[in-house]
Amino acid sequence: MEGRIHSFQSLGTVDGPGVRAVVFMQGCPLRCVCCHNPDTWDMNGGTLMSARAVADKILRLRSYFGNDGGVTVSGGEPLMQADFVSELFGMCREQGIHCALDTSGCVLNSRVERLLNLCDLVLLDYKYTNDADYKKNCGCFKESVDLFLQKLQAMNKRVWLRQVIIPTLTDNTESLEKLYALKDKFSCIEKIELLPFRKLCAEKYEAMGIEFPLADTPEADTVKVAELQGLMEKE
Amino acid sequence: MEIKAWNGFVGGEWQTSINVRDFINKNYTAYTGDDSFLAGATERTKALNAKLKELQAEERAKGGVRNIDTTTVSSLCNYAAGYIDKENELIMGLQTDEPLKRGVNPFGGIRMARATCEAYGYKLSDKIEEYFTYRTTHNDGVFRVYTDEMKAARHCALLTGLPDAYGRGRIIGDYRRVALYGVDALIAQKTADKKAVGERVMDADNIKLLEELYNQIDFLKKLKKMGEIYGFDISRPAENAKEAIQWTYFGYLAANKEQNGAAMSFGRCSTFFDIYIERDMKAGILDEIGAQELIDDLVIKLRAARHLRTPEYNELFGGDPMWITESVGGMGENHRTLVTKSSFRILNTLYTLGPAPEPNLTVLWSVHLPEGFKKFCAKISIDTDAIQYENDDLMRMTYGDDYAIACCVSAMKVGKQMQFFGARTNLAKLLLLALNGGYDNMFGTRIGPQEAPMADEVLDYDAVKARFDRYLSWLCKLYVNTMNCIHYMHDKYAYEKIQMALHDTDVNRLMAFGVAGLSVLVDSLSAIKYAKVRPVRNEEGIIVDFVTEGDFPKFGNDDDRVDEMAQDILRDVITELKKTPTYRDAEHTLSVLTITSNVVYGKKTGATPDGRRAGEAFAPGANPMHNREENGALASLNSVSKLPYVYARDGISNTFSIVPDALGKSREEKIDNLVTVLDGYFSNNAHHLNVNVMNRELLMKAYENPEEYPNLTIRVSGYAVNFCKLSREQQKEVIMRTFHDVM
Repeated sequence: MEGRIHSFQSLGTVDGPGVRAVVFMQGCPLRCVCCHNPDTWDMNGGTLMSARAVADKILRLRSYFGNDGGVTVSGGEPLMQADFVSELFGMCREQGIHCALDTSGCVLNSRVERLLNLCDLVLLDYKYTNDADYKKNCGCFKESVDLFLQKLQAMNKRVWLRQVIIPTLTDNTESLEKLYALKDKFSCIEKIELLPFRKLCAEKYEAMGIEFPLADTPEADTVKVAELQGLMEKE
Repeated sequence: MEIKAWNGFVGGEWQTSINVRDFINKNYTAYTGDDSFLAGATERTKALNAKLKELQAEERAKGGVRNIDTTTVSSLCNYAAGYIDKENELIMGLQTDEPLKRGVNPFGGIRMARATCEAYGYKLSDKIEEYFTYRTTHNDGVFRVYTDEMKAARHCALLTGLPDAYGRGRIIGDYRRVALYGVDALIAQKTADKKAVGERVMDADNIKLLEELYNQIDFLKKLKKMGEIYGFDISRPAENAKEAIQWTYFGYLAANKEQNGAAMSFGRCSTFFDIYIERDMKAGILDEIGAQELIDDLVIKLRAARHLRTPEYNELFGGDPMWITESVGGMGENHRTLVTKSSFRILNTLYTLGPAPEPNLTVLWSVHLPEGFKKFCAKISIDTDAIQYENDDLMRMTYGDDYAIACCVSAMKVGKQMQFFGARTNLAKLLLLALNGGYDNMFGTRIGPQEAPMADEVLDYDAVKARFDRYLSWLCKLYVNTMNCIHYMHDKYAYEKIQMALHDTDVNRLMAFGVAGLSVLVDSLSAIKYAKVRPVRNEEGIIVDFVTEGDFPKFGNDDDRVDEMAQDILRDVITELKKTPTYRDAEHTLSVLTITSNVVYGKKTGATPDGRRAGEAFAPGANPMHNREENGALASLNSVSKLPYVYARDGISNTFSIVPDALGKSREEKIDNLVTVLDGYFSNNAHHLNVNVMNRELLMKAYENPEEYPNLTIRVSGYAVNFCKLSREQQKEVIMRTFHDVM
């Protein structure tokens, strides 16, 4: 089948372990204030490609994957094209390629469950630790994401939680402690990654003629965020 | 043979014939650990290095040349001994009597020597001027025989950078022979060879060889005398590590005093030195600190090497490069790695002495290299941007396990093969020449088969390709013939006596042709095939520009539709070249390498159908054109790795710039990921990679305030440069290149 692809990055080193091909899917139901890729929102945009063609592009890179790498499907929201991604992952797994899914976890249905079965690793973007922020800053319920996480736990999936550290929003101790507490509750969580909020996307918003909601929020200090992650991991 | 200097070495063939490879193979100690054993710089090293840096600062302040000896013709014994700081030096010898004082070498061409002196405010002495009125130089010889067509091809920059006015270089003497055997044994061997050649039929080839052998022996005697000027008796073999390094360096120094070749490479010496270092350590007369000091001191000497070049030369080969290429690592034919502790030590000089472009440290990469060495290399790339990688698994199949790289990417068996360097031809210009029926619009030159310009309203791919093939065939014949003239005259008037004395007498010769603008050509052909290209003509009907409608596959995106075109072009070029015989039956080889001349080539080439504007720089070497890669770094590497080495055995250069964050999050991840990328690229049979790990912003800052970044080293195309030594145009081009970033 065909899927809507936003873009293809042949060298990804920050979305999962090792050297990875990253497929960015087109279309997202969320409108996160910190979104880095507003150009992936439109459900009707992107380029139509068959799963076979995308798999072939990935397979051409297999010599670079080493022992740890593989493919990560990101977006946009890949769960919106779960059948397509399932077909793609099926093709990759057949060739022994490690498959990671980078998702917000906002949708759960039988098609998504089928996709999860084909994932070696899920990078779950756990954006906020309270429902109010989820509603206000993403347009979805925290409950949906928690249900998704419970599903991953039930399926015994490998999970990396990821959170963007946004000054004044998610950089407070209370929020961070809640986030790291999830690790005690969910044994499927292998790792929590804190990602510094950056504003390189401001140009994209401007080009698209839409307002960047966090235009006035300062960027997070990369070094401090790394220190913070070290600190939280020790505790 | 009982020779004291060889005590403790495992004997073999190397004792009865000149065979450094056999000596190394029987005696080296492979090292498979990590970099934790390495020592830092001693106070002595730091002080000596600081002295050299001061002198380099003075050189920069004086516009790039610190001093010129205008009264002496450079040769082995024409200068008194020179020192940076005599009491504190471990390895002795400078090209002239003072550090960073340049000698003049007019054998390539007196005009060039004169013009260069004048460009830096000096005047060549009357004595030298007079002497050379009675002498024919290489340059004189070439221009006596160049045809009008050769001159025209040179004038309109269809053939550029030809070594017809300077030393051709790219010849690596086996300098290790000086240390292992001592000069007297080398003279004895050459004398025996001369006697044997004397038994052959006295035809032109053998008479020429006899005269060359006479000169080789003469210069070996001068080499001994040069050693004496510094107080060393190098007639005998080296007896310890310090002597082995000193003797080897003297061999190299002699070459540099005699020749101003474009690339004066050092060879493959670190594992050879390691054998002596290991023996001294076992004997308890050397420790790790001492070993690093010896290597550091050698590298300080190599960093002080200079040749006098014209400003025009710098425009082609920017940054005052010497290409003192030292090849490090690789695997043996017996599958044992050739990495030793001294492979680490020589790379470690980038830490002990700081990053610098010379020597041009070249890692011979194999997927089978020890992990510890791979990681150390990746770490150095991330920290210094000063090293390059070439595929040992690929080259070993053709060149065995004792080859070295000359210049940037040219492999040759050390002491057994030499190269006739041939610069390159401009393929993008050739396409425009073909479209205009033998008229070069940028220079107003008529050259090649004369046909009417293409009359199509929209260019037809098949018609264009047929026409291009006709012109390619014409050009390749002209190119080989031009090279034959150049190298005949170079052998006649500027023969490399000491370097060839350090080769086997019956040497195997390669003739290295080159192409520039490959990605511009194939993107243009792809545009003609897959989009609509309408030529724009002037009043005389000459095509001066193009309007290109629609999208087309571009080289650098792992798209076979265009990548295969690039492969076919290389096949066609080497096939056409091979149709014309070469001087001295040299083997035709081809490189895809531009050095920094991609800027000048672009400047001299009109607008092309791929959308490149007139005068715009080409991408360097085999690189995809700047910022046309839409699928990220690995897709770009894949396109280049598909270019078959068998068609371009003189090397396929690719320069890769990536921002640090795009390699991973932690330092360990970055190192591991770079190792994985290199393994992936080279296991796809790619040939070469320059690695820069840096942000564009850093280069922009250095562009604005060059004086604040005197040591910023970057890889450009087969070599490294101090960014601040590039011309403004070259700097701009480097900044324009694709920097692979995080999405």
